[in-house]
Amino acid sequence: MSEVTETGVPGDLARHPRTPESDTPVLEVDDLVVEHRDGGTGTLFRAVDQVSLRIAAGESVAVVGESGSGKTTLAMAATGLGPRGRGDIRLLGHSLSAVSRTQLRRLRPEVQVVFQDPHGSLDPRQSVRSGLRELRALQPERTSWIDDADLLGRVRLAPDLLDRYPHQLSGGQAQRVCIARALLMRPRLIVADEPTSGLDVSVQADVLALLRQIRATTGAALLMISHDLAVVRSLCDVVHVMYRGRVVEAGPCDRVFGTPENDYTRELLAAMPGARWRSRR
Amino acid sequence: MSQLELDPVTAPVSPPRRAGRRARTSAFWLALPLAVAAVAVFVLPLTGLLPDGGQNLDATRQPPAFLAGGSWAHPLGTDKLGQDLLTQFVSAGRLTIVIGLVGALVAIGPGTLLGLLAGYFRGWVDRVISILIDAQLALPFILVALAIIANRGSSLPVLFLVLALTGWAVCARVTRAATLAIRERQFVVGLRAAGASEPRIVFRHILPNLAGTIVALGTLQVGTAILVESALSFLGLGVVPPMNSWGSMLASGQDELSQAWWIAFFPGLAITVLVLLVNLLGDALLTHHDPRKRRR
Repeated sequence: MSEVTETGVPGDLARHPRTPESDTPVLEVDDLVVEHRDGGTGTLFRAVDQVSLRIAAGESVAVVGESGSGKTTLAMAATGLGPRGRGDIRLLGHSLSAVSRTQLRRLRPEVQVVFQDPHGSLDPRQSVRSGLRELRALQPERTSWIDDADLLGRVRLAPDLLDRYPHQLSGGQAQRVCIARALLMRPRLIVADEPTSGLDVSVQADVLALLRQIRATTGAALLMISHDLAVVRSLCDVVHVMYRGRVVEAGPCDRVFGTPENDYTRELLAAMPGARWRSRR
Repeated sequence: MSQLELDPVTAPVSPPRRAGRRARTSAFWLALPLAVAAVAVFVLPLTGLLPDGGQNLDATRQPPAFLAGGSWAHPLGTDKLGQDLLTQFVSAGRLTIVIGLVGALVAIGPGTLLGLLAGYFRGWVDRVISILIDAQLALPFILVALAIIANRGSSLPVLFLVLALTGWAVCARVTRAATLAIRERQFVVGLRAAGASEPRIVFRHILPNLAGTIVALGTLQVGTAILVESALSFLGLGVVPPMNSWGSMLASGQDELSQAWWIAFFPGLAITVLVLLVNLLGDALLTHHDPRKRRR
């Protein structure tokens, strides 16, 4: 996969102005439980069951598992963007249950999300430029470090795309705009929820290379949600395997993929041959 | 979506939205006669071309000019008091159009707001508003109208109150459903992550995305308001003399049908054509803004 880095993204991504090295973990989740009540039958469904997770500054953590295993629910709850659930969540050392509304609004830009469907992540009525202008109005100090054209340059888009509307962008372009919007906020944690599943194969490698590049230059931590084990393997240090809302196995990628201890992990690896034979670097 | 991703920077813009353009063209051709009619009823009285609308007991129940016995002095004929029907028709049309527009606005405004709140905040807000919607839709409007008008008498403000009460629920229901769909879109989560406040998300992002649907609903509501007003006026509960609407002209013409059918015929025809055009326009706009018929 390393050759993609060289061809996919030029090495001219300027250095990021922030140095996020610090001892506080970016995200700590202890015994998180998220339950949904089924509207029709009224039964409780436990989407996330006693999950603990820790992401150090600059670390790259993956959550893998089949559809419906609770990956996205976990990420949304852990970042305070979705149904909160029970359990302790500390974002940059602040417990989400203890912070006030205003504190939470200040804390939120530290976590930015890149979704699967790039077109759904952009307001269809806003051009790229007016969308960026709104982000700048929301977080003036945080976003003043770069202008629009340079920002688009960092995700390898030409500045003339600024006046386009989302429906005028290709999937790959829209995903790059989403990454640029996340980048603008100088987040400490980027949550990437299946960031390549909605894209053509040829664009997937580009977007992954871009994410890797951004991580290297900004020092942001990455929480990658995926069912593509090859992608996880190429991008992440630590992997959590989820099955039916529980983390069944967690550990460094090399160890989990090399000598899986859990039956489900073994099954998952067997279903995805790419993860086994593709060596890491 | 472009499959030629060789150079993302110059990837082609998606092809023009043909279906959308067709809907826009038909909306234009439907809106044109409506606009001409609206301008006509406001401008004609100012030109002095209309016959004098006063009583003339020597020329009662005259037929229109194109029938035997008619004259161009009274192009649409006269009523039982010898008043010119064209003059009445124009002034009644003016009030009918005003009632249609204002009646739609007073229904759409609260309907949209309540639908937005229910759809966005869900929970108990949604439950309360949904019960109100269902209760409203279960009540026959004529009963509501009768109760209010019997209590307050007929006047324009009371008429608008009735129109608002009978019209808001449909709009609230549609807006609620559309809001429920849009709030799950990922850009809403992205905005929240950027620190956007709830009012900002609702009014700067969700509402503009509903604008097309709301305009279309509003247009359909104009038609409904005109029909409701006509029905109420026909029953003697809507517009009362000295004011005149097409509905009240219809009502005053009904007992003359055997001797002078034209008194009721032209206002009736006008209501039918107007409501038909407005509804077709509303449908065209709704099609244009239907996400399923729209290219992304």
